[in-house]
Amino acid sequence: MHPAFSVIFLTTLIGAGQGLFLALMTVQAYADIGALALPEGSYFGTNSMIALALLVAGLIASFFHLGHPERAWRSAAMWRTSWLSREVIALPIFMGLVFVYGLLHYLGYNPNLFGENAPPQGELTYLVGLLGVVAAFALFICTGMIYGCLKFLQEWNTPLTPINYTLFGIASGFTLATALTAWMAPTLVNFYGGWAIAFTVLAFITRSASLIRNQRIKHRSTLATAIGVRHAQIQQKAQGAMGGSFNTREFFHGKTAAFLKSIKWVFLVLVFPVPVLLLALGLQNNSATLLGLAFAIQYVGLLAERWFFFAQAKHPQNLYYQTI
Amino acid sequence: MTQLALVIDLNVCVGCHACVTNCKQWNTSGEAGPLVDENPYGKDPTGTFFNRVQTFEVGEFPHTETVHFPKSCLHCEDPPCVPVCPTGASYKREEDGIVLVDYDKCIGCKYCAWACPYGAREIDEKQKVMKKCTLCVDRIYDESLPEPERKPACVLACPTSARLFGDVHDPESEVSIAIREQGGYPLMPEWGTQPSNHYLPRRKTKMKIHKDELVRVDNPLKKDGHLPKVDENESFLEDSASW
Repeated sequence: MHPAFSVIFLTTLIGAGQGLFLALMTVQAYADIGALALPEGSYFGTNSMIALALLVAGLIASFFHLGHPERAWRSAAMWRTSWLSREVIALPIFMGLVFVYGLLHYLGYNPNLFGENAPPQGELTYLVGLLGVVAAFALFICTGMIYGCLKFLQEWNTPLTPINYTLFGIASGFTLATALTAWMAPTLVNFYGGWAIAFTVLAFITRSASLIRNQRIKHRSTLATAIGVRHAQIQQKAQGAMGGSFNTREFFHGKTAAFLKSIKWVFLVLVFPVPVLLLALGLQNNSATLLGLAFAIQYVGLLAERWFFFAQAKHPQNLYYQTI
Repeated sequence: MTQLALVIDLNVCVGCHACVTNCKQWNTSGEAGPLVDENPYGKDPTGTFFNRVQTFEVGEFPHTETVHFPKSCLHCEDPPCVPVCPTGASYKREEDGIVLVDYDKCIGCKYCAWACPYGAREIDEKQKVMKKCTLCVDRIYDESLPEPERKPACVLACPTSARLFGDVHDPESEVSIAIREQGGYPLMPEWGTQPSNHYLPRRKTKMKIHKDELVRVDNPLKKDGHLPKVDENESFLEDSASW
């Protein structure tokens, strides 16, 4: 497939936004059972708005993928059958919940709905936050399933696809939360940093599993099934167009196999070991710069990862477009 | 239930591209607006086509065979491109099984093209909507046309009659009989899309002629001598009746 940067930015940006929000709710959940002290001031409000900004940026990026952005509202119609439609619904719902969550924290309006002494304290933000958590995971699943549901794109058609989208989003979100917290509430840095490293390692395991799986993939469609001639030796001589077509532009990445392989190693280095190392160093030295660098490098690595994810998928239609 | 479809005879197709040009001509002139052509006279001409003829070489030299392979939307019975469409612009008609795109609803996200294993859909880079074969839906029901012309443009153009058009759900239709009797097959059956369009395979037409069929052993000329001749002196009815 030809990787589209609009989709690469959409998936990585909203992933980080979702992860950042989940990181905030993790702290609130810990605080509500008394395991952590809630950070003071505008901590939740500011971070929620940063998460929201990432989601908005992702949404804007997605519009560049559309031929008719002005008709985008129509895309909520077929949620019964289309994962893309479901994503289109889940994203604004999640954005709305993040906004309300951030606003409630910012205003400090957090009444206890079930009485003064009933845990957890501050139920209103907690309740909105929990709805946000559900929406965040629903959005991860929708995003992953857009690709995972296409059964003849065999590189994508695995439960590992939505799992990877989820874990990459959470890992980058927690890394970002670590960096932001180093500036705003240094007491929580170790908490976030630990989780960020754990999720990055977890994402490394699942992404490695999908890489190994895809290396051994046996494609079900061949030129013989594509044109229905039972012969081992078939060669294309003409594809019906000399100047290329939509089919040659949309479904081929147009780079060499060596380039593809190098991108794989680039993302394997930038997403996993380098950020983990920087996180560990940053936590040890209490350096917000190193933690910020960890997020920046991991994000660049994720751009490469997403590029590779698209480029690696071999669409069966390519069988019809092998020679001009 | 009706399911209109094409049956393409690979044994007869000569790869002349007449179906491609007639398809383009008809569909670029319709109500939906032109099918885009970029650099039509330039270095890298490109554009949107509903139908393309490709050429494959099967076998190893010198035992090769050239297969011309016309390729268009197969109007699957279970089209994977339809459920993925987020706006409902892509749909399969209940009444005749044609898979169509509503150009006014399409947002041009290309997801349906990703979901088609055959690469049958091509985006129109000018109108920014997805386009595909309509089986000339604006032609086959047009009662202002004479009955024999109510067929897809590609079918009418084919000089060798390699393209048949009809209802594959009617067991007595021309297309169903062709599929049944000449080994018609679908493309990429492994994905369960159940394409309605079928292809008829290449066939070798051979006849075994025995020696005794070239020279008849019971040749009456040899066996019985010459045929009897008419006696010139014999009188006929005309002789006596002509006065």
